[in-house]
Amino acid sequence: MQALYAQLLVGLINGSFYALLSLGLAVIFGMLNIINFAHGALYMMGAFVAYFLLNLGGISYWWALLIAPILVGIFGMILERTMLQWLTGLDHLYGLLLTFGIALIVQGVFQNYFGSSGLPYAIPDQLKGGVNLGFMFLPIYRGWVVIFSLVVCLATWFLIEKTQLGAYLRAATENPTLVRAFGINVPRMITLTYGLGVGLAALAGVLSAPINQVRPLMGADLIIVVFAVVVIGGMGSIMGSIITGFALGVIEGFTKYYYPEASNTVVFVLMVLVLLVKPTGLTGRAA
Amino acid sequence: MSALTDDTLPMTPRAMRDEMIVFAILAVLLAIVPFTGIYPFFVMQALCFALLACAFNLLIGYGGLLSFGHAMFLGTAGYVTAHALKVWALPPELGILIGTAAAALLGLATGYVSIKRQGIYFSMITLALSQLLYFIYLQAPFTHGEDGIQGIPQGHLLGILDLSKPTVLYYVVLAGFLAGFLLIYRTINSPFGEVLKSIRENEPRAISLGYKTDQYKLLAYILSGTLAGFAGSLKVFVAQNASLTDVHWSMSGEIVLMTLVGGLGTIFGPVVGAFVIIAMQQYLAGFGQWVTVIQGVIFVSCVLLFRRGLVGELAHLLRRSL
Repeated sequence: MQALYAQLLVGLINGSFYALLSLGLAVIFGMLNIINFAHGALYMMGAFVAYFLLNLGGISYWWALLIAPILVGIFGMILERTMLQWLTGLDHLYGLLLTFGIALIVQGVFQNYFGSSGLPYAIPDQLKGGVNLGFMFLPIYRGWVVIFSLVVCLATWFLIEKTQLGAYLRAATENPTLVRAFGINVPRMITLTYGLGVGLAALAGVLSAPINQVRPLMGADLIIVVFAVVVIGGMGSIMGSIITGFALGVIEGFTKYYYPEASNTVVFVLMVLVLLVKPTGLTGRAA
Repeated sequence: MSALTDDTLPMTPRAMRDEMIVFAILAVLLAIVPFTGIYPFFVMQALCFALLACAFNLLIGYGGLLSFGHAMFLGTAGYVTAHALKVWALPPELGILIGTAAAALLGLATGYVSIKRQGIYFSMITLALSQLLYFIYLQAPFTHGEDGIQGIPQGHLLGILDLSKPTVLYYVVLAGFLAGFLLIYRTINSPFGEVLKSIRENEPRAISLGYKTDQYKLLAYILSGTLAGFAGSLKVFVAQNASLTDVHWSMSGEIVLMTLVGGLGTIFGPVVGAFVIIAMQQYLAGFGQWVTVIQGVIFVSCVLLFRRGLVGELAHLLRRSL
């Protein structure tokens, strides 16, 4: 049973990343009508920024949790201002192709300088060690990742669904022209939204650095799984993205325990099943 | 949603004549390659990718469906053909037939699932499906995992044509490419192709006119996958191996890139794009990962600066359809 609980914990951690990333994808898609293929690359950048902060500037993990999302978020906003904004009104697929190109550039540059192997990132002192819960041994850092991600996800949900700013955002998603007529600067909101989504990806990158090591391609395969998560959950609802993300992580954890050969593919297989049974996705509206 | 290409009107006789002239020039140029001293391996490889890109273009350029998983057809047909030749010791023509049939079956299965969603979801689903296949091939014993299937015997096509001779192989690959190209050309200009274009332009209207658009999309998807698989089977004879590279998402990205560079929805664009990208990879092979960066830069500049692609821009300039 110990092994099962350990795999479930790994599943919850992966689920945290799925949730944080699919949340960002959903928010960005709502405002920009773009599927951000660069999301995985920006997640990787978050981890690298944390690595640089620690090893070059001696800046701790705790500051990295704040600084990395901001820096990567600013980088994302520059991308949005210089490139993505020119795609307004064009077919969706151009956004996918452009961000795919950006992902290739970012990942290629990092691969040139850091190869493909992983760089270690130490767990901060305060989160080292573990506690014995009786039924399993819980490494503190892993527990922290799950709880902190959950808090961030719920905070994002609260921001979008329950605040004034979120109401503007949702309104601009439905009808940008009308919202502009009310005197709200929609282009700036779009830029900030992209920054927010990208910042969430970078945050996930920082969280994953001590667990998965820092690698240039750490986001490349992850983003494809997240796409499947998004197809399963649909992008219509923020809470839907969060729940789907965590749930799929847990299912993956179960699979790792009961049938490890399928652990890489279970999310994709589930995607096929969902498409066959309910093509619009679990929470999504018709595309 | 803005149109991808300008060619919403049916073919005029002049356009048809232009295209046949260009096709004839292309065929003659390709036919004299062995006499020019150009490295035939390079051209053969480019021809396989050109056919692959043309097949992909049938779906995106005329059906408006962006598949981000076309590498799965290339890889699947490649593995099946390689296995048939090496382990079952079948003759080349049967190997190609089985490989292509496998791609067709894969097209039926994945097409049935992926056309349930439109637009951007379709792209994400095809990408996820090809990743699913990647992991299956990574673990399946017959693909030999990371090593791939190597040292594939080329054999004699129909018992007479010795495919281990580069010149013979070249003309066989060229014949395969030209046949595939003409089939795509015929499809695009058939009533079926016209319906596809109408779905691309306005699907709800096509439905209201009584077309079962899902069936059209599925058929186009299967045809595209089958031809992509045919290209994959041919490529086995050229490269003499079948490996995981051919199923990886980066390969799907390259197929998209070739078509984008040449021109989405143009007839000759994918061919030009394939030659450009394969040549680039040859010349820049020593630069390691910078090739990836350059590919990314090409993606970005194509989308931002010349969305019509090389051939599309040229056709626009000459006001012809190419």
